[in-house]
Amino acid sequence: MKKEAAQTLRAFLVELVIYAVLVVAYFFLVLHFLGEGLQRLEQNHRYGYAGVAILLMIGQAVVLQNVTTFLLRFIRGRAE
Amino acid sequence: MFFPISGAHISPFYLVIVGFVIGILGGFFGVGGSFIAGPALRVVGLDWNFAVGTDLAHIVGKSVVAVRQHRAFGNVDLKLGFIMAIGTIAGAEIGAQLIQMLKRAGNVNLVVSIVSIAVYISISTFMIWESRKTLRSKKGGTVAPPTAAAKKHDPSSFDHVTRSIQRWNLPPMIHLPASGVTISLWIIILVAFIGGLFSGFLGGGAGYIRMPSMVYVLGIPTHLAVGTDLFEIIISASYGTFSHAVKGNVDILIALVMHTGAAVGAQIGAICTQYFAGPKIRLAFVPLPLIGAAIVIYTLMTGHKL
Repeated sequence: MKKEAAQTLRAFLVELVIYAVLVVAYFFLVLHFLGEGLQRLEQNHRYGYAGVAILLMIGQAVVLQNVTTFLLRFIRGRAE
Repeated sequence: MFFPISGAHISPFYLVIVGFVIGILGGFFGVGGSFIAGPALRVVGLDWNFAVGTDLAHIVGKSVVAVRQHRAFGNVDLKLGFIMAIGTIAGAEIGAQLIQMLKRAGNVNLVVSIVSIAVYISISTFMIWESRKTLRSKKGGTVAPPTAAAKKHDPSSFDHVTRSIQRWNLPPMIHLPASGVTISLWIIILVAFIGGLFSGFLGGGAGYIRMPSMVYVLGIPTHLAVGTDLFEIIISASYGTFSHAVKGNVDILIALVMHTGAAVGAQIGAICTQYFAGPKIRLAFVPLPLIGAAIVIYTLMTGHKL
């Protein structure tokens, strides 16, 4: 039981580290390029911006959950 | 990091950590967490209007992650969530109108502050009484981490009142197979409407009112109340995000960065509910409205809006 808990914790920590690297890359690559376009949209087409904002949020939620699930399965699979 | 839409300079790591903490709370308790996110964004210099709108956008993403996790555990009643969303949106609109009326009368801050302090303290007092009583009783005290079947038989010391509410035969009666409850549509709408009213009146998602009222008034088991509340939050917070974005109150880049932390936190929170029985989740919920009350008292005494 203790061994299993330790394994899960280790897998989770490894996942967090990999996730953190991916997220930092995401900040500087994706958000940097998105910023200007979104700012223009926000200034000129408020309704369009509102729709895009919700779609981006939901899209990111689905993608990030799939990434974390994949990472955890991958790391656990390698550990076993 | 510079966020061009709001013109704010905020460390992305700070946003990720704030998102992570709120994600855990949201996934575990089914609340939006705006009582923490709002002040946390204000502290780093974001204008109040941007803090409110951006927080709502981030809540949408966090709730999507938590709901998907809760749904995998069978903790979401979609039918109930859709019905409640109608009442919540109507209530939120009327709550916002009420605020406008009070603004014109010139005493909005004092009225909203006193009402919110009374509501927060009442919820906490009631929940601490009920959950402790349930845990001390035989049926609550022996509750182990719940199985799927045990989730539908969530013991509560308030059961007798809930059952008499469920017996009110006010057609149409709605059967909710996922929650194992049959109840009048009007009672569901009323509960959602009151939650929405507080959301529009006090700000935030008002999960601290809706989650307990789903448990005590509608008789929804705690685990399902958490998951369904989050599902309902996706709909109402999306509506709020759209409305605020049109008014120029949403910096979606800040929300996206916060959400990278919240995505992990929300999953951890949702998974943690599997290790606690309903009364224990309700007992752990008690400090949340008290934190809200403390923030309002601080604002009232110092004049600084957190």
